[in-house]
Amino acid sequence: MIEVENLTKKFDDHVAVDNISFTIERGEIFGLLGPNGAGKTTTISMLATLLKPTSGTARVNGFDIMTHEDEVRKSIGIVFQDPSLDEELTAYENMDFHGRLYRIPGNVRQRRIADLLSLVELEDRKNSLVKTFSGGMRRRLEIARALLHEPKVFFLDEPTLGLDPQTRNHIWEYIERLNKEKEITIILTTHYMDEADRLCDRVAIIDRGRIIALDTPEKLKEGIGGDVVTLESRDIKGLYMQLSKSAWVEHIEPHDGFITLTLHNAERHIAEIVRLSATNGIDIDSISIHKPTLEDVFLRLTGRTIRAEEADIRDRMRMMHRLHHGR
Amino acid sequence: MMDIVYTIWLRNIKRYLRSKSRIVGSLGMPLFFLLVLGFGLNSIVEIHGSKQGYMDFIVPGIIAMTVMFTSVFSGIQVIWDKQFGFLKETLVAPVSRLEIMLGQTLGGATTAFIQGFIILVISIFIGSAHHTTISGFLIASVFMVLIGLSFTAFGIAIASKMEDMHGFQLIMNFVIFPIFGLSGALFPIDSLPRWLQSLTLVDPLTYGVEGIRYGLAGASVINPFMGFVVMAGFTLATVALGTILFRKTGI
Repeated sequence: MIEVENLTKKFDDHVAVDNISFTIERGEIFGLLGPNGAGKTTTISMLATLLKPTSGTARVNGFDIMTHEDEVRKSIGIVFQDPSLDEELTAYENMDFHGRLYRIPGNVRQRRIADLLSLVELEDRKNSLVKTFSGGMRRRLEIARALLHEPKVFFLDEPTLGLDPQTRNHIWEYIERLNKEKEITIILTTHYMDEADRLCDRVAIIDRGRIIALDTPEKLKEGIGGDVVTLESRDIKGLYMQLSKSAWVEHIEPHDGFITLTLHNAERHIAEIVRLSATNGIDIDSISIHKPTLEDVFLRLTGRTIRAEEADIRDRMRMMHRLHHGR
Repeated sequence: MMDIVYTIWLRNIKRYLRSKSRIVGSLGMPLFFLLVLGFGLNSIVEIHGSKQGYMDFIVPGIIAMTVMFTSVFSGIQVIWDKQFGFLKETLVAPVSRLEIMLGQTLGGATTAFIQGFIILVISIFIGSAHHTTISGFLIASVFMVLIGLSFTAFGIAIASKMEDMHGFQLIMNFVIFPIFGLSGALFPIDSLPRWLQSLTLVDPLTYGVEGIRYGLAGASVINPFMGFVVMAGFTLATVALGTILFRKTGI
C-alpha cells in the first residue's frame, strides 16, 4: 500500500528525515514512534505531498508522490497534528467544504456527512460553530472529515496529543473500528508508547530522522530479553560496578540518576540486588520491576528516554492553548 | 475548476456574513472620514473648476478606500488560515493552487464590494450622488470590482510572503496608507505640483478612484477608458503575482 525508498528531507543543513525505507501492507495499522523532532511529521508531510523530498521516493496506493500528486491526494485522508478546522464554520459546513473540495456529488456528500457525524457522535452538534467545540470534539470532527472522500490510506499525526485519557481511549476505539470495518490502511505517528503498543500492528521507531527499529510491538519488546529493573541511586557508578559482575544480569546500562537492568525472573533477584548494594554501602532510592515496554526499547536503542522530550511538548501545548483561547 | 473556486468563495462569504462586528467595525473609519472631512471641509473647500462641493468630491475616494482596505484585509487573512492550520486542509486536497487563489480573490472582492456598496448607499442618504444615472452607478461598480479583485490578490501576494502577522503594521504604514494617500481620494490631482502629480499617476488606486468619480459625478481628471485599461491591467498583474507567490507558499 505504501512503499518508501531512501526518503530524505533536508532543511538547509539540518537533516530531518535521513534515508528511510519501509513498506506498509494493505489493512495494516503502522506506527511511527519517536520523540518530537524525530522526523515523523516531516515523513507524513512528504507522503501526503505537502513537502517535496530532497531525495528518494515513495508510492502511496501505487502512485508516485512526486509525479502523481493528485492521485495520491485522492487516495489519502489526513488528520494533522495541529488543528485544521475553520472555527467560524459549523461542523456540517466544515464537512461540506471538504466534500466539495473533493468533488463528491451533493446527494452522496450529504448522506456520508450524516453517517460520519453519527460515527463520531457529533450529529446533534452539526450546526454548532466549531469554536464552541472541545479539543476531543474537534479531533473527532477532523477524523470524520478526513474520511469523507473514502480514502484508502489514513494518516493520523499525533491523533491524541493534548487529549484527556478518556477521550484518548475513545479515539483509539474509532481508529480500531475504522481499520476493521472499512479495512483502511492507517499510519499514525505518536510519541506515546502505550498508544503505539495498543494500536499498531507494526511500529517503526524513529530517532533523529532515522528508523532504528521496525517490527511488531511484541517482537520489539521481546528483543529486550527479560524483565526490566530500574534503580534510582546517587551512586550510579558504584551500583554499576557491583551489578555488572553478576552473571544473572543480561544487560545493564547506567543513565543520568538511574540504572536499568534486564534479567529473567527479576522478582527472585530483587533481594540479592538490595543485599549487594547494602554490603557495599550504596543507597538505593527506588526500585521498580516491569515487563518491557516500547519505552525500554527506545531507551536501549538510543540511550535516552522519550519522556525527557515531553516537557518540551507540554510547553507547546500551553502555547497552543493560549493561542486558541486567549484571542 | 469553477466548482472549487465557488467552494472557496462560499466559505469566504459565509465567514463574512457571520462576522457582524467586523462588518460594522470596518465601516467605522470610512464613515469617520466621510462625515468629518466631508461635513467639516464642505463649506471651506472649493474644488477648482468644479461646481460640486467637497463632500461630493470625496465620496468616490471614500468608497475606493473602503473597497481597498477590505480587500487587502481579506487577502491577508490567508495568514490566519496558515497560522490556524486551515490552509493545510485546502492544500492537501486534490485541487490546484490556482483554484484556491481565484476562490480567495473572488471571495475577498465580493465582500469588499459589499462594504463599498454600503458606503455608497450611506452617501446617497446624506445627500450625495443624487444626479447619478444608472449607467453611472454601473461604471462605478465596475471600478469597485476591479479595486476589490486587484487588492485582494495583492493582499494574498503579501500574505504568501509573510510568516505571521508581525509584518502587518509595516505593510499598512509603508504600502497601504501611501497607496491610499497618494490616490487623489481626498484631493484633486490636477491641482498638485508636478512632481507629486507624477507620483499619484503611478498609483493604481488613482485610476480606480477617478473611475468611480466619473461614474458617480460624471466628470473626472483621468479619462475613464484609460482608467479602466490601467485598472484591468493592474488586476491581471496582481492576480498573476498572487498566484505565483501563493503557489510557492509552504505550510
